[in-house]
Amino acid sequence: MTTTTGPLATRRLILQGAASVALLGLGNLPFAATPARAAANDKYPEEAFRQKNEADAIKALYGKTAEPSDKVKLDAPEIAENGGVVPVSVTTTLDKVTSISFLVAENPFALAASYKFADGTIPAVANRLKMAKSTKLVAIVEADGKLYSATKDVKVTVGGCGG
Amino acid sequence: MASSIRVRATSNGDITEVQALIQHPMDTGLVKNPAGELIPAHYIQQLKFECNGKDVFVADWGTAVSKDPYVKFSFKGAKKRDELKISWTDNKGASDTTTAKIA
Repeated sequence: MTTTTGPLATRRLILQGAASVALLGLGNLPFAATPARAAANDKYPEEAFRQKNEADAIKALYGKTAEPSDKVKLDAPEIAENGGVVPVSVTTTLDKVTSISFLVAENPFALAASYKFADGTIPAVANRLKMAKSTKLVAIVEADGKLYSATKDVKVTVGGCGG
Repeated sequence: MASSIRVRATSNGDITEVQALIQHPMDTGLVKNPAGELIPAHYIQQLKFECNGKDVFVADWGTAVSKDPYVKFSFKGAKKRDELKISWTDNKGASDTTTAKIA
């Protein structure tokens, strides 16, 4: 008996340990996300991509909030027939752009794509995104340390999440 | 095996325009196959464009980027015949790299 309870007991201990570590990890997330991002600029922003609504995703990605700006031009179709492939692009006249991100508000995870720009890279990007249903589309431009946004409503005829 | 990355980089002397098309399923992990089983998430997380030893453009992607992703951007500071290196990694740890000469 002792031989079986021994390993079982340790296994339970390990499980308990793992659970408490997981809890600790969760508790730390809101604080850990932003410094990690600032320290390692090259790192994939896993946390930001896991946020369900766009405000949380912006906070996790940049650690600040954006203000609307007419210097950010977001181009997307008014009506997208196929939500699986919606051509979307952003251009801006802002200076010192370091990053541009796309968020689809009604998607299961709001953040769709985030692009980093080096010095000398033109602050414009075009790509194709999936949209689950008719949604608000948000573009965020980070310029000189500040965030600017533009939004547009896109009507989706056939959602991009179907099988 | 043919590369999963197709790139066209053209320079007008000052600005280089880059268009890239990558073959990748970009599965979200939320869609079921005809048998009713969830197709596990499989998507590109990071795509990098490097020219003359410098990252000129880095894309971080989530599952909402369309299947066989396309991206277009432009940058300054490269000449015709310079090499552009493109590489991606996905959430399963797979990756691919290719180089293209700027035309």
